[in-house]
Formats: sequence, structure tokens, C-alpha cells
Amino acid sequence: MKFKGGIHPHYRKVTADRPIRELPLLPRYIVPIGQHIGAPGEVIVERGQEVLRGQALTKPAGFVSVPVHAPTSGKIKKIADYAHPMGRPQLAIELIPDGEDRWSDEISPVGDWRELSPNILRDAIRDAGIVGMGGATFPTHVKLSPPADKPIDLLILNGAECEPYLTSDHRIMLESAADVNEGIGLMMRVLGVDKAVVGIENNKVDAREALAVSRPPGLDITYELLETKYPQGSEKHLIYALSGREVPAGGLPMDAGIVVQNVGTAAACLEAVRDGHPMTERVVTVTGGAVAHPDNLLVRVGTPLQDVIDFCGGLAVDTGKIIYGGPMMGMVQFDLDSPILKGTSGVLCLKDEEVSQFEGGPCIRCGNCVDACPMFLVPSQMGLLVERSRWEDLGDHHLSDCIECGSCAYVCPSRRPLVQYFKRGKLEWRAWQEKQQNESEQNNESA
Amino acid sequence: MSTPIKECIAVEKLVVSAAPHVHSGQDVRQVMRDVILALLPAVLVGIWYFGVDAARVLILAVGGCLFFEAVMNRLLKRPSTLGNLSAALTGVLLAMNMPSSSPWWLVLVGTGVAIILGKAIYGGLGYNPFNPALVARVLLLISFPVQMTRWVVPQGLGTGFDAATGATPLGAAKEAASLGTPLAEVGVPGSMDLLLGNVGGSFGEVSALALLAGGLFLMWRGIIRWQIPVGFIGAVVLITGVAHLAAPEKYLDPLIHVLAGGLILGAFFMATDMVTSPVTRRGMLIFGVGCGVLTAVIRLWGGYPEGVSFAILLMNAATPLIDRYTRPRVFGGQRRQLFADRSES
Repeated sequence: MKFKGGIHPHYRKVTADRPIRELPLLPRYIVPIGQHIGAPGEVIVERGQEVLRGQALTKPAGFVSVPVHAPTSGKIKKIADYAHPMGRPQLAIELIPDGEDRWSDEISPVGDWRELSPNILRDAIRDAGIVGMGGATFPTHVKLSPPADKPIDLLILNGAECEPYLTSDHRIMLESAADVNEGIGLMMRVLGVDKAVVGIENNKVDAREALAVSRPPGLDITYELLETKYPQGSEKHLIYALSGREVPAGGLPMDAGIVVQNVGTAAACLEAVRDGHPMTERVVTVTGGAVAHPDNLLVRVGTPLQDVIDFCGGLAVDTGKIIYGGPMMGMVQFDLDSPILKGTSGVLCLKDEEVSQFEGGPCIRCGNCVDACPMFLVPSQMGLLVERSRWEDLGDHHLSDCIECGSCAYVCPSRRPLVQYFKRGKLEWRAWQEKQQNESEQNNESA
Repeated sequence: MSTPIKECIAVEKLVVSAAPHVHSGQDVRQVMRDVILALLPAVLVGIWYFGVDAARVLILAVGGCLFFEAVMNRLLKRPSTLGNLSAALTGVLLAMNMPSSSPWWLVLVGTGVAIILGKAIYGGLGYNPFNPALVARVLLLISFPVQMTRWVVPQGLGTGFDAATGATPLGAAKEAASLGTPLAEVGVPGSMDLLLGNVGGSFGEVSALALLAGGLFLMWRGIIRWQIPVGFIGAVVLITGVAHLAAPEKYLDPLIHVLAGGLILGAFFMATDMVTSPVTRRGMLIFGVGCGVLTAVIRLWGGYPEGVSFAILLMNAATPLIDRYTRPRVFGGQRRQLFADRSES
């Protein structure tokens, strides 16, 4: 099934044929304690302490929380606020490697997932610090723990990789097809589902082939090619394309009986159980016109941006923008110490001429955004409401259903910064709602 | 290998902004340019049939609109908007909606009305509720009915400024109807003349074929959608067709209704004005059908022989309401609201 709306940006997947290479050990790593959606963990190491690779540096603070681990063996230099890819500095642990890259003694295989109980598997996934690797960074064990009143009958694997430029999932599917498949089986066991579907955009036929030939016997996994269209990898649209089900507005995939996981996350789950390896590295696509040698790299979590770029031959003089993630939803970077996180799928460096400015003229009501919006909203009108500070009307226009995919801004001939408007609008609308609620409560009290 | 980043990149120079970081490349200027390009065939046919006089009206109208746009920008202390070509487009459309015999002052008054009253006082491009060119045309039609309906019979390029005038096909039919004369006696031009433009009328509305070519070009470019023109013309055909079948001696053939007058120009180029028409597909269809119904009613039973301009302006006023009630059903939302389904694109 095809979803309505969406756009066809230039894909520029220039690194699709580049095999994954490992980045050598570096002189320092900066590991933020908050790399996922939810509460950051509590630091359990001290300044000056010697740590080994894979050793937990934090412990989860609550259910929606995961630990972070030492990317290599070495000494903790400092625990302080460091540059963080999300913008504001955050607490991070600076690690100076000893160069030996020794694994912690505690690291040992959990066992064969086919023989382990779902609870043990789930705990292993949490302890390994695994989060959604597509970029949303939601703790994976939480997604694999649907409440009893939400029966799940289908696991969907996101191999769409619809963001332009990015090829990390593509390479993982090609090079680690068996691990991805085993990881899918593991997740199926945790969820207790019999069926899984992997959705792959039809610009990656080779990835589908690689997965299909290595399908483990006895597992009902199918591999579907999808139209190459942005945002095919949006959770709700992937679900619709593969199952025909619509996730209810304001709801979660589990409301449609489905759990969605990224293909890279599946492979990471397998490693966590089979080898006992926590998430200390990930595949990152380093690309864009400003990078001398675009590549797919296996990078330790906590690697400073600077080192990744240097390894790829440095940047052009006229570099205009550096982005973590893809060009449609990625987060802009302005500090070269900003570390690679568990959710960093790409480092995109654009030249001045590749950077699109969104200066924002008046809306000419062309309707392009209405056609492009995959959530069937009316972005033009919502943009005007934000401009006029009419927060109270935003709920009626379903602003909260906006997935911030950027399709509207991409097609806007007036280059209005619509996504920026909507991010602000969501905050303001929530604040307005809270204010209303407080006022009505006060009225009730005084009455 | 390029120089390492530390030595040549000024981090302060990096652009910091919210996603998305790429754009389709389309801008307002391109949109307006495409519409002007699409109007070119009809403009050339107009000049071919009406001669240098038509070119004069065109130049005056475009020049006037650019002039008033510049004046208003300066008065309102706004950056220049001449580059987005919207004022130029308004000029072209206004010229095409005027007789080629229009005196120079009439054209200039029209451009002033279009830019100042039609657009600038609302806040400029994007904020005007009514199509500026049509505001001007209707104001001129009501204020200067003699000059605005002095239809020159096509004389061909360079055949001199012969002042021969004649009625438009629709005008003739309306007159016949009011006098009670049978249609056959007033001599309505054949559909081939109407297609090519060899009839009396406003300078840009005469050649249905040239206008259709431009309209299809705009659809191919994705600038206009089929809903407005198809709804508009379809409704006119339906209503005038029923009337014609019921009383052929009194009402014109629907084909004449489509090809004569400003219907094609209006349906493809005036009603589809983005700023003043709905943004949803379903809204566009309702808007188009509304324009068609009003046009047919005015033509058949109203006081004016032609109703396209009035119809579009009336529907412009309804646009916010149409948008409000045709908002698509949100993805994953309930399928219950009236009109709330998203039409296929």
C-alpha cells in the first residue's frame, strides 16, 4: 500500500557502495549520560577510575532509562557538562583510552536467544543500553514491553532509510544480514509474535536480497520493497504501507497491534544477547558535499565529531552546515566536540551552496504543503496561526499529530520555516492548555 | 585530501537552523514566471488579432502594476517585491481582461486599483482575499461600462487601428434574449473561430486553444490542480447544457459557452490564483463548481452577458469558509466529518 503525500527529494546516497570501515582508537571519548528519550542514568563511576570496555558507566534511573558504557578501556578524566548534539551542554563522562581496548570481565554471552525467556532477553537488551538506532533513541526494552491490554501480532522492521544521503542501515542489511535476521527472531520471541515484516525502499533491492537469502529456517519473516518516497520510514507510514493499518491519531503503533524497530537495532539486540556486547559502537554515514571522502564508519559511541571528520579527510573550506542525521530531520551541530551518540545515523556536512535558507516570505496559499503532508494536516494554515500567536486554535488543527518530517517546508515556494513554527507551536499550545487548566482549577476552588 | 577542519573552518560561520536542511528549490518567482509563460500563447494570439493596440494595453498594464507595487513598497517601507513577479503577473492578467481599445488612462486606473486596493492594503502578496486583477476589472466594468465593453473586431496584426467594433458572442446572445429575438438571427461565431480567437472580446480571452495550452502546461508543472478548472467548466457545461436542451432557441450551445467569453481564461488562470482559492483538493473542487454555477446563472439569467469575473470574486469571498470545512481527515483520525475525506490527488 502507498501512503498519500510525501516528497521525492534528491537521494544522493553516494556512500551506498562503501563497505563499513572501523574508525581507529582515538585519544579521547566523551560519553553523555543522556543518549535516549527518558531519564538519563545515574553515574556509577568516579573521576580517575580505570574502566574497561563495555563496563557500565551509569545505571538506569527508572523504567524508561538505559545505561551507557565505556567505549574502550582507559581512565575517566572528568565528569562534567560537555557539548551535546541536542544543543544544550549535558553531563558527560570524558574517557582517556589506555590503548589496550580490553573488554570488561563482566562481558560474557547471555546465551542462545531461542532458549532464553522473554524477560531475560528484555533485561539483557536494557542492560546493554540499546535504544532505537534510527534516530528516535527510544529505549528498545520499553518498546518490547507492550502492556497486556495491547496485544501485538506483528513486528515491523524499519529498513526504509528514507532520509537522503544516509546509507548506514543499507550497509548493515548488506553486511550483517544474518545478524539482522537473528535479531528479528529474538525480538519476535520477546514480543511473542509469529510474524515479522521488513520494509525496505526499492532503491535498496540488494539489501532485500541479502536478508532474504539468509532468513533463518522456521521464522516467518517477509521482506517487502516499498516505494522510494520520503517519509517512507516514518513509523506510522511504514505501518500503513506494510499492513494497511492506520495508527490512531495521537496513538502509538501498539494501538494498531504493531511494534516497529530499526534493522540496526535488531542486530544490536542480537549482539547484546549472543556476545553480551553492550552498545558501544554504531555505523555512521559520513557524507555531504563538504566531506573529502564520504564513507560508512563503525564509530565508538562518544567519538568527537572532529575525529570522524578528520578520518574522512577533513572538510571543505566553504562548509556551511554540519548535521547529525539526515537533511530532512537531522539536528544541526555547531561544536566540533559534539560526540557521536547511539542515535547518530549520519554526519552530514553541507557546503554553503548546498545549504537551503528558509527566510520565510508570505504564504501564497499554493497548497503544496497540503499535498505533501503525510499526516493530512494543513501546514499553511497552522503556520499562519503560529505567526499570529493563535495558540488556542492549534489543537483544532491537529498540530500535535505533526511528525515534523519537513515535507511541507521542503516544498514551500515561500521557504517558510514551517517545522520550526510547529516545534514552537507545540510548546506554546501545551503551555496554553496548562494555563487554561490551572485557571479552571482556580475557578473551581474559588467557587 | 583537503586541509583539516581546525585550520580552515570558522565554526561561528556554520549555519544553525531547524530541520529540514534541504529544499526543493522552487520559489515564488518561479511559480509566477511559469504562470506568465503559460499566458504567453494567448497573449501572442491576442496581439496577432488585435494588433499593436493590444501590445500597448499589455505594456501599460504590466508597467503600471510594477510602478504601483514599487510605490506601495516604498510607502509601506517594505523591501522590493518586484522580483517575485507577482505584480507583473497581475499586470498581464489585467491586460488580458481588458478590451484592446482601452484608453491609456483606463489601463493605468486599473493597475492602481489592482495593486493598491486589490493587494497592498491587505498587506501585500498572500494576504489579499480577492484576485487583484479581477477587483480592478470589475471596478472598471462598473465605473466605465462604455470603454470596458467597446469590443474591437479582430483586424489582424498591422492592419491599422480600425475602430470597427462589434458585440461579443455572449453579448449578442444576451441582447437577443432581452429583445426576444431568436438566437439564429444574431449570428453567433462558429466554434472554430472561438477556438482560435477570431472573435470580439477582451484581448486575452479570445483564443480558447492558446489558453488551454497554457493551462495544461501549468497542470503539468504542478502549479495548478485539475479540480478548479474541471469543476468550473464542468458546472458551466452542465447548467448551460440543460438550459440549451430545454430551450435551444433561447439558450446558446454549451460548447459556445465554454469557448466564448472569459471562461477558459477564468477557469485556468484567474480562479486558480493560489492566494484567493482554497488549499485543499476537495475545497478546490467545491470552489471550481461554485464558480461554474455562478457564471452559468449570471450568463443565462443575470443582467450581464458575462459572469466569470463576478463568479470568481464571489467564490474568493467564500474561500476561507471552504478551507475551514474541507480540512482533510488527519492520518489515523476518525472518518466521520462532513467533507473531511482527503480526495485523491
